[in-house]
Amino acid sequence: MPSRHLYRRIYVWELPVRAFHWINALAITVLGVTGAMIGKPFSVTYAQEASFQYWYGTVRFIHFTAGYVFLFNMLVRTYWGFVGNRFAAWDKFIPTTKAAFQEIVQVLKIDILQVRGTGAIHIGHNRLAGLIYFITAFIFGFQALTGFALYASMSHSVFGKMAAWVIPLMGGEMAVRQWHHAMLWFYVLFTLVHVYLVFYHDYVEGRGTTSSMVGGWKFERDDLLDR
Amino acid sequence: MSGEKHTLWAVMREKGYSRRDFMQFCSFAAAAAGLGPNASAAVAKAFEKKARPPVVWLHFQECTCCSESFIRASHPIVADVLLDAISLDYSETLQAASGHAAEKCKADTLKAYDGKYILLIEGSVPTKENGVYCTIGGRTAEDILQEAAKGAAAIVAWGNCASYGCVQAAKPNPTGATPIQKLVNKPVINVPGCPPIADVMVALVTHLLMFGRAPELDAQGRPKEFYSRRVHDTCYRRAYFDAGMFVESFDDDHARKGYCLYKMGCRGPVTYNACSVTKWNEGTSYPIQSGHGCLGCSENGFWDNGPFYRHLPSFPGFGIESTADSVGVALGAVAAVGVAAHAVSTNIRKRKLIHEQVAEAVKDTPNSEKVD
Ligand code: SF4
Ligand code: SF4
Repeated sequence: MPSRHLYRRIYVWELPVRAFHWINALAITVLGVTGAMIGKPFSVTYAQEASFQYWYGTVRFIHFTAGYVFLFNMLVRTYWGFVGNRFAAWDKFIPTTKAAFQEIVQVLKIDILQVRGTGAIHIGHNRLAGLIYFITAFIFGFQALTGFALYASMSHSVFGKMAAWVIPLMGGEMAVRQWHHAMLWFYVLFTLVHVYLVFYHDYVEGRGTTSSMVGGWKFERDDLLDR
Repeated sequence: MSGEKHTLWAVMREKGYSRRDFMQFCSFAAAAAGLGPNASAAVAKAFEKKARPPVVWLHFQECTCCSESFIRASHPIVADVLLDAISLDYSETLQAASGHAAEKCKADTLKAYDGKYILLIEGSVPTKENGVYCTIGGRTAEDILQEAAKGAAAIVAWGNCASYGCVQAAKPNPTGATPIQKLVNKPVINVPGCPPIADVMVALVTHLLMFGRAPELDAQGRPKEFYSRRVHDTCYRRAYFDAGMFVESFDDDHARKGYCLYKMGCRGPVTYNACSVTKWNEGTSYPIQSGHGCLGCSENGFWDNGPFYRHLPSFPGFGIESTADSVGVALGAVAAVGVAAHAVSTNIRKRKLIHEQVAEAVKDTPNSEKVD
């Protein structure tokens, strides 16, 4: 017999967080598509002389530009982790307390075993999602670092210079290129699972997970709110 | 030859070179060292006064292609002077002496010129099984290396073998082939390539003779002058790269027209070398000009980055045919199937919960205005 619950509206994702999310999504999409083209160019046109076309150079230009957008967006979000609201705070990404680990187990039970949850789940990122985003942030960092390291040899960018030390460390540019390329697939997998899980949670819980990244609002049962 | 304190000029005169030849060589040396044309007078003075340092050339695990390259330098005087006149006191390939006489010759040089001789090394050093894979005169390569490195004024690692280990160090590296820089605790000048370009080698030795110290090196110990740019940066096919015009197969029309070899696995964009500037064999050509992509022969671990004719190397641990892309597609397919299965299972296992919520929502509708 379903009991009646009151739901409250909570402003979870502030504007900078939402802006980060969509700029990031756009940047990753552009980077992924142009990156794949750089890794495996297809033949567009051979009708003209080389001096009249520059499409591959343009693809690379877009990739590099999107790389800068990606990097700065990430830096702004990191900053916001220190000044934003409690849902955006940096400590939501690193489980340290016993409760946090219990919540991770909870989420795994709900998502993987698909049994009914009993414990508390955060209204912002749940603790498992937070942890995964924390790991993801390192992969973002890795991608930015290897990307700018590869960029170093073709630009005077200070960001390139700052990342150039990665090349001897990883054993040459071929290795850096290899791993930078391989991580493209991380994004593909991440996006697939991420989008699915958002839909899944919205479908099962009805807390407005999907639309929260547009308007910022989520819904939570009143009796669960004070946790 | 050791023991004499000849200057370079004296040696050249002895060999019948004219003053004019000498001055030509000095301008080459000045140019090779990156000095302006006015510097050749100063260079000439140095070569007239300074005693030439002896050169010891060691061979370990290698194929002698570095030596082969070296003797084909485009400046004939340079090659001649460096090989005949500079006291090449020890080089198994090039010296006249052999056997015990050769070994004695080296020992004498190391002693007489302690702290002064230039040590050139070709080949990597095997370290497995106490170094039994390469012994000369009954001693291991590492033993010989350490002895010679102690008193060297400068140490040069010729080629990919001495710089990074080359093919001997390719997986699984059965002999434990190790590059020189990992074995000696002195700065090593790396001149990678398989082999390095003759003119680059000659220019480096000239620099060492002239200044008695190494030219400016990058973080990997390579002379910046020759290794600061990628083959790709000055490749004459670069316009085709930027235009997105690629050779698709070695016998297609695009190959005939000389389009970019990127899709044929050209390693030019990740390879630091001077090929597209100095070229090979007296500036005749270089691999890309001859229609073949760069193999990346001057890069660390280039043998393990194969296959050479594919842009993406094999993905480590997944076999020669795999690339990051094939592994990625497989993982993506697994994830997609997993997600679909999960979605189906959600509708079965969470059915009750979903129904409850739908039922509850209908009842709650009239009250919703009150909330918030
Ligand atoms: S042929 Fe190789 S080095 Fe030349 S432009 Fe193409 S990719 Fe670069
Ligand atoms: S083009 Fe590449 S593989 Fe060929 S010699 Fe030059 S660096 Fe080596």
